[in-house]
Amino acid sequence: MSLLDVVGPVMVGPSSSHTLGVLRIARFVHKFMKGVPEKVKFVLHGSLADTGFGHGTDKALLAGIMGMRADDERIRDSIEIAKNVGLRYSFEIEDLGEVHPNTVLIIAWKNGKKVEVQGSSIGGGKIEINRINDCECQVNWEYHTLILVIKDLPGAIGNILENVSVNISNLYLKRIDAIERIAVAIVETDEEVKEECLEAIEKNSYVLEFYHVGRDEDAL
Amino acid sequence: MCWNFTMWGVMRMRFEDFINEEKRGRKLPDVILEREMRETGVPIELLRREMVKLLNVMLEESTKQYGKRQRTLSEMAGENGYLMANHRAKMLSEFSHTATTVALSLAESNAAMGRVVACPTGGACGIVPAVLYALKVHMNASMDELLNAFIVAGGLGWVIEKNATISGAEGGCQAEIGTAAAMASALLVYYFTHQGERCAHGAAIALKSMLGLVCDPVGGFVEVPCVKRNGIAVNIAISSAEMALAGIESVIPFDEVVEAMYRVGRSLPESLRETGMGGIATTPTARKIVMEMKKHKKFKW
Repeated sequence: MSLLDVVGPVMVGPSSSHTLGVLRIARFVHKFMKGVPEKVKFVLHGSLADTGFGHGTDKALLAGIMGMRADDERIRDSIEIAKNVGLRYSFEIEDLGEVHPNTVLIIAWKNGKKVEVQGSSIGGGKIEINRINDCECQVNWEYHTLILVIKDLPGAIGNILENVSVNISNLYLKRIDAIERIAVAIVETDEEVKEECLEAIEKNSYVLEFYHVGRDEDAL
Repeated sequence: MCWNFTMWGVMRMRFEDFINEEKRGRKLPDVILEREMRETGVPIELLRREMVKLLNVMLEESTKQYGKRQRTLSEMAGENGYLMANHRAKMLSEFSHTATTVALSLAESNAAMGRVVACPTGGACGIVPAVLYALKVHMNASMDELLNAFIVAGGLGWVIEKNATISGAEGGCQAEIGTAAAMASALLVYYFTHQGERCAHGAAIALKSMLGLVCDPVGGFVEVPCVKRNGIAVNIAISSAEMALAGIESVIPFDEVVEAMYRVGRSLPESLRETGMGGIATTPTARKIVMEMKKHKKFKW
């Protein structure tokens, strides 16, 4: 943790793992889908399922999926707001297997597209996104984040990264299927990646799937 | 990305090192911010601005929530700040009365999903703002003075986080409310003396008096006994700071007290670390309250 993590952040109570963290996971999905979905299902696991009720976890998740920031005072009224904007939502409890006790799976639908994101609230408001659709990953969302499913071939990563003109802060690469020759790359940058770079990456022949989520404005 | 830097062995951090730097003629808040800059790469001026933002939110919310009735999630609390604000103190000084009211009010606001600064956590969010607000109201403290004292408190909490824990689930209430009390004590001592060594004594005395405190929230809610513990801990911070100002020293140095707190935390059984399965949470009355709650639709998914 940094000094600022110890003395902050500003949040809406009562608990950094049950409200702040889950709000950020839902807000990640909001940014990922570039807007409020038409329909959303929250699947709660472990401690979130056991003690989330009445803790405001439901309100925090809805607030996040509607794009509210962690210090938004409308969070406590988010159920009302969701109803007013016509967002269809449901909560379910399910054992998601060998995952962190504070884990939620968010399934959202927008414009005929379905997105599945699984994330864990790992304490102090910190999060880890551990699955996006079928792609397993580890994303803390403290940077501008590019998530790439790519061909596991010589020169692939170099070819793709040539398109990224800003400095890369962290790079993570892992083979996920040796027979199909598929790998996952996560690229984190301090500065925003330009729109034309993103388009070039999307068109790159080594790239099979590509997701981009800008850094949250809340993060320093 | 999840890089675990602790595996690579980070530079050790002791409050004593900060004090030694201060003894070489540097200002304690500068030493602390420089350390943060080294670790995160964030420029000092930006850090200072971020700290000012947090400080402003604390003071704003203290003013806004002071003595306000709150509708908390479980409704086990909500009136404490109001009652304290409307009570004429018989024994507490005006300073302590204000601080106690703020600590209760903010802890209740937190339980009602209000805006708080998690300093160091949501459950202990009332204590540091309480002394800041009391300094502003009763000592007419300037924003600059408050900021410097707040940075020192932050540095001290950071040392606890690095060498022990600030999570109730890991170390019990002593790690959350205890850390907040130590930070608030250091804040007060720095405001009056500008001497890091005395801050360490104040913080050590405060943390020692919170040692062993368990985390036992009724029904898992951050309300009982958390709200009142905020109100009490701020007075422990004030009295230990007063002792340090009088020249009283902690026999055991602060950094060693932090280690002791961690050892105590680790030896606490899981039932006393935020699980709601021990301590106050398992008393007959607590069980009854939780049973009643479970019948209520509001607490079901």
